[in-house]
Amino acid sequence: MPTMSIKQALNEALREEMRADPDVFIMGEEVAEYQGAYKVTEGLLAEFGSKRVIDTPISEEVIVGAGVGAAMAGLKPVVEMMTINFALLALDQIVNHAAKYYYMSGGQYNIPLVVRAASGVGLQLGAQHSQNFESWFVHVPGLKVVLPATSRDAKGLLKSAIRDPDPVIFLEHELIYLNKSEVPDGDFTVPLGVADVKREGTDVTIITYSRMVLFALKAAERLAKEGISVEVIDLRTLRPLDTRTVIDSVKKTHRAVVAEEDWPMCGMGAELIAQIQQEAFDYLDAPVERVSGVDVPMPYAKNLEKMAVPGEEELYSAVKRVMQGV
Amino acid sequence: MAITRSGAHTVELLDKLPREEHLEMYRMMVLIRRFEEMAGKKYMEAVIGGFCHLYIGQEAVCVGIQSVLRPDDYAMGTYREHGQALAAGMDARAIMAELFGKATGVSKGKGGSMHLFDKSRNFMGGDAIVGGHLPIAAGVGLSIKYRAADQVCVCYFGDGAVNEGAFHEALNISGLWKLPVIYVCENNLYGMGTQVTRASAVPDLSRRVSGYGIESAHVDGMDLLAVRNLAEVAVRECRNGNGPYFIEAKTYRYRGHSMADPATYRSKDEVEEWRVRDPINLFERQLLDKGLMKDADVQRISSEVDQLVDECVQFAEESPAPSPDALYEYVYASEEI
Repeated sequence: MPTMSIKQALNEALREEMRADPDVFIMGEEVAEYQGAYKVTEGLLAEFGSKRVIDTPISEEVIVGAGVGAAMAGLKPVVEMMTINFALLALDQIVNHAAKYYYMSGGQYNIPLVVRAASGVGLQLGAQHSQNFESWFVHVPGLKVVLPATSRDAKGLLKSAIRDPDPVIFLEHELIYLNKSEVPDGDFTVPLGVADVKREGTDVTIITYSRMVLFALKAAERLAKEGISVEVIDLRTLRPLDTRTVIDSVKKTHRAVVAEEDWPMCGMGAELIAQIQQEAFDYLDAPVERVSGVDVPMPYAKNLEKMAVPGEEELYSAVKRVMQGV
Repeated sequence: MAITRSGAHTVELLDKLPREEHLEMYRMMVLIRRFEEMAGKKYMEAVIGGFCHLYIGQEAVCVGIQSVLRPDDYAMGTYREHGQALAAGMDARAIMAELFGKATGVSKGKGGSMHLFDKSRNFMGGDAIVGGHLPIAAGVGLSIKYRAADQVCVCYFGDGAVNEGAFHEALNISGLWKLPVIYVCENNLYGMGTQVTRASAVPDLSRRVSGYGIESAHVDGMDLLAVRNLAEVAVRECRNGNGPYFIEAKTYRYRGHSMADPATYRSKDEVEEWRVRDPINLFERQLLDKGLMKDADVQRISSEVDQLVDECVQFAEESPAPSPDALYEYVYASEEI
């Protein structure tokens, strides 16, 4: 199997879907001539031309809104928000329009729209460019929310998102774009709404997504040497949420750590804990632990930033806590 | 850039159009008026819930615009869209049923007064975030251009929308990309209770729009034929690739912003001044004076429309409420396939 970066995998997904379906087009800031702020759309203008790879002004609300309109008229737009921080300017279009039209039109207008954005913490980018907002979008019925952690998932999930008849928020962690991993040859998809057990284990389950999956795998490796068998679940899609896979695993291991890079308040971890206690309370041998980003705006200074962002160490400690007394 | 079309052009159009077309436009204005009066009545009886924004006084705008569109053209409006939906040819009974929250409503009772949709008529809502549908109209325009088609998309909104960021982003991109969108600003002088002059640094909309390289014109929105005249120009320009086009229709709503608004921010004299120039009376007089319509036609149309509105109420009353299963229906299209 060839290896490629997440960036390349996303580029291949876009290229293949555009070749397969003339209704698919890309629109966003710097996606065409500049070839993408993170070069995800590299080479697409040359292959598909300016009709299908469209540079826009810096106008997030109309970028997403025009995507909604084009989708209502039967096209399949993939719009890029450069970063999730700027998508807040388009929040009205995403929440009040894209997520609502299918329902409030009584099923007449579905919105086959993909909103791609670089997301997550950066490196010393400060408070406005180093954030996670997946829990905001997950909150909204009508939206689907996808966050890949590997190249294979990035490609397969983006292809599914483009083919999906509903609006999909597709969040790409900006610090793992260049991570390389194996990707199968040929046309394949990864279904939305299906979690992936990235490592099997018997003592404790770490449930997480996006870049935190990589830290969870590292922590699991280290804990294995201490005789603790960790199962790592990569949710991949936060809505629809694959609750079944999570609950089955917790029933097997009897211990759980939920982890997100995002802030803790009303985050994904809170939702996972609620579902675990409801569905698997009697199976738990310890309170569920939560790992998250620190509850502050992101600081610039290197030492403070390091304290604010969770990683392998926090996951390792959390597992040790749920294993106490064993 | 700004041009006003009325006077001579109106007289020409009166002669040019077939009598049946005049009568149909007249009938539609009367239907909208009576439908809205009934909606207001049913709202007071608490049969219609939520918010209810009536179009009374503004009938000439949407009837004039819709009268020059083709069935494959698109239109979308705001929460004050009952009239536009009717003028787009949507089933009046199903619209009333939607207001009643019934399963037979145009949006199956999921939308209500502010969210009327009909895909078979290319009527795309019913959007209740001020200015929020202008970017969407630009997207529909983009799809038309993408397919190299010659349709147009009409986007209705009020004077309140012009101070929203969405308005400026949508107009800029539409001007930049030459999209076939006709932006119709129904300037009824009030954004809810705030007069235009208290909200816009430059109340002259043509001047504001000129910054986006968009052809624009204003028109007397109480004069049906003047509106139609300008709509013809706008549609022709857009079909020929010279879009977008911005129309400011100066009009007036006789009722408050919504049924909950007694409109104490304006004087009775002001309302009366506008009522003197009532769009239905004006057109009726024009047709009678020209001999295109007789008193008997007025009576016939009046009773036909009353009968239809009664049928609407009866249909809505007799229709079932959505079944409890409908609560979870249409959240995701992937679940319906």
